[in-house]
Amino acid sequence: MPQGIPPGVPCSCLHSCKYDDLSASLPAKPQLQTLIPPMRLLAIFFNLFEPLFKFAQRVLGHSRIGWMFVGPNLLVIAVFTFLPIVINVAYALTGGVNLMPAQRPYAGMENFSILLECRDYLDLQTCRKDVFWRALFNTVRFSAIQVVLMVLFSLVTALVLNRKIIGRGFWRGVFFYPVLLSPVVVALIWKWLLQTQGVFNAVLVSAGTGPVEWLTDAQWAFFWTIFVSIWAHMGFYTLILLAGLQAIPKDMYEAAELDAASPWRVLYRITLPLLVPNLIVVLVLALIRAVQIFDEVFVLTGGGPGSATTFIVQFIYQTGFAEQIHLYGLAAAASLLLAAGLVILTLLQLRLTRAEQSGQRAR
Amino acid sequence: MNTAFPQTKTLLALALAAGIPAMSMATDIRVMCYQDGIECEVTSAIARRFEAQNPDVKVIVDTVPYKSIVEQLPVQLAAGQGPDIARVTDLGGLSKYYQDMTPYLKDAKYLEANFGSTLPWLRPSAADKGIYGFMSQLTMTGPYVNRTLFEQAKVPMPGAKATWEEWIEATRKVGKATQTQAALAWDRSGHRFAGPAISYGAKIFDAKGDLTIDDGYKTAVTKFVGWHKDGAMLKEVWGGSGGSTYADSIGEFKNARVAMVLSGSWQINRLQKDIGNAFDWVAVPNPCGPAACTGIPGGAAWVSLKTSKAPAQVAMFLEFMAREDNYAEFISKTENIPAHAGLAKKGVAYPTATPAARAALGVFSGGVASLAPAAYQFQGYKYNRAMMLPTVARTTQAIVGEISVDEALSKIAGDMADAVKQAQK
Repeated sequence: MPQGIPPGVPCSCLHSCKYDDLSASLPAKPQLQTLIPPMRLLAIFFNLFEPLFKFAQRVLGHSRIGWMFVGPNLLVIAVFTFLPIVINVAYALTGGVNLMPAQRPYAGMENFSILLECRDYLDLQTCRKDVFWRALFNTVRFSAIQVVLMVLFSLVTALVLNRKIIGRGFWRGVFFYPVLLSPVVVALIWKWLLQTQGVFNAVLVSAGTGPVEWLTDAQWAFFWTIFVSIWAHMGFYTLILLAGLQAIPKDMYEAAELDAASPWRVLYRITLPLLVPNLIVVLVLALIRAVQIFDEVFVLTGGGPGSATTFIVQFIYQTGFAEQIHLYGLAAAASLLLAAGLVILTLLQLRLTRAEQSGQRAR
Repeated sequence: MNTAFPQTKTLLALALAAGIPAMSMATDIRVMCYQDGIECEVTSAIARRFEAQNPDVKVIVDTVPYKSIVEQLPVQLAAGQGPDIARVTDLGGLSKYYQDMTPYLKDAKYLEANFGSTLPWLRPSAADKGIYGFMSQLTMTGPYVNRTLFEQAKVPMPGAKATWEEWIEATRKVGKATQTQAALAWDRSGHRFAGPAISYGAKIFDAKGDLTIDDGYKTAVTKFVGWHKDGAMLKEVWGGSGGSTYADSIGEFKNARVAMVLSGSWQINRLQKDIGNAFDWVAVPNPCGPAACTGIPGGAAWVSLKTSKAPAQVAMFLEFMAREDNYAEFISKTENIPAHAGLAKKGVAYPTATPAARAALGVFSGGVASLAPAAYQFQGYKYNRAMMLPTVARTTQAIVGEISVDEALSKIAGDMADAVKQAQK
């Protein structure tokens, strides 16, 4: 008899018997007595539900009883994930400043048309909500630059950290450490370094040059938002790539060494092709994270100077919550547009993954 | 064994245990309070005395950041949640959530007589005569000057009726001589901006009583942007943020990075505490423009909220707070300007105030008389934020060169119209 099966229970019952049969074959009293007191209490507690399960099985049948177990989880997901989406759509289709949906007048697609209304789409200034477009443009620009640099730096760092260098564990820790910090802490640290009377300018002034407007000049502020976000999150992506590198079979490299392949050839022919699945994960995660950028930039620059570092999530937050006249409908409409963008990115990820999988099968 | 009796005894004991606290349970009143200085601490002390006199009422003062009052309280109230009392600054904007205390007040005439000029600020409409709370203090926007820097630069301080241009010129000289980072700074706030705007001739309201961006407002925006471009204004305060986020300039003043700031009377306690003997500072009357020499009145108000389940006790506590002796204690300890007419007439003693703080209180109190009528009207207007917020966001865009001044003005008007339209739906 396999270990752990109570005496008196036929082996076949454990896999194929109905619940009724199993419970009927279990000698309840002797089993409870063998349990330690807390477990015994627990067993008594669960036994209370036995009639309910028996009833449910009788009503639902054996094949549908599973729904009863996943039901509570589905309910939680429905209430906390799908219901907010429905409510968000309701807000996007209504106007006014009232919070309760019942008090909000129906506005149809007005919020979307306010957001998207432009006399000339090549001139943001002609748009009714030009800050929305600026935020959108900033987000696209930020994502394009930041994601490319993030993947590149993460890859280079992972390749270096995968080699047998002195203090490898220490360096891995150094690169991963910023990931452990809260984005707000990261932003505050860099703000203290970059503000007009911060550390960087103190060094510049003591070196005899004037202070630089790191955070009040639009170009510099944009540069620093990219830099800080890469600094803060690169460790995470490096870790994913490092795991991918370590999963590459060593014999591939040994074979390449026997063939006297150059390091570049090894990189292009072995490492990068075998790292593609991890690179896709990193690319997609970094892209989604870049589109959602908010917290550290909000603390670092407040979206300024002007709207130079205002991204789409900050626009939504400001429109819906930070301004004293709360335009929930407009914010909800903008968030749905953002969601549409994220759906496109997710579909792209699925397509890339499928293409990669079919490529692997073909190989 | 007969177990009926012990069971009965147990049930009786449980019933008594449950009943005793129920009988002695006090009514809780939650007060959402923010503070610039020690306002919530003083309120708590007064609340303890109120509790001693009214053992059936317990007052819980929750001290929260100002940001919570601005961002979270309106959402809570809209959702039908919230405290019983709050200390608010968006006086008209939140008026639909206020509870009229009149039926619960012992002496409504006392509040009418002493807070009559500011009670309309809390009313949802001009026709309404309800009493929804009272001003915890009056505030007035106005400038502070670093006198030590002026002395070091050997530049005479402009007089009481000096214009903004004269102050800019003087602080520019001071900045140059003392190598401060910039001459002056203004709080990043549409409320603060409105004072100079009215001084430059902004009417704020058109003939129909709607908000308008007129030539006076245009002049003020143009000059303000120009002062940033020529380096007179510290760029970090307005240019350092996006959107309409509030940022004060007091930090820059305390660190002597500028010779002058435009802020308000509520900062006196903070300046006294933080600057100490580091340098001499003074409050000066609001500089003049061609139309006026005005700041903007304002302040915070204690308001009774509809979300309260104990409106009678709320009214009792607020009446207690408004009593002349308690109000005088609050004003005196927090070093604020009284909104209580009787007290203002008698004068308030500020025993803990330094000579500089006392002088500053005198300057602000004296300045109340020179406030322009438009300043009062603007402060009491329900949708004043619709003008204040776009002013900050759009003027900043012009300051950093994203858009021109004309574009900024056109965008302020557009955003303002959109916000008012949405708020009126």
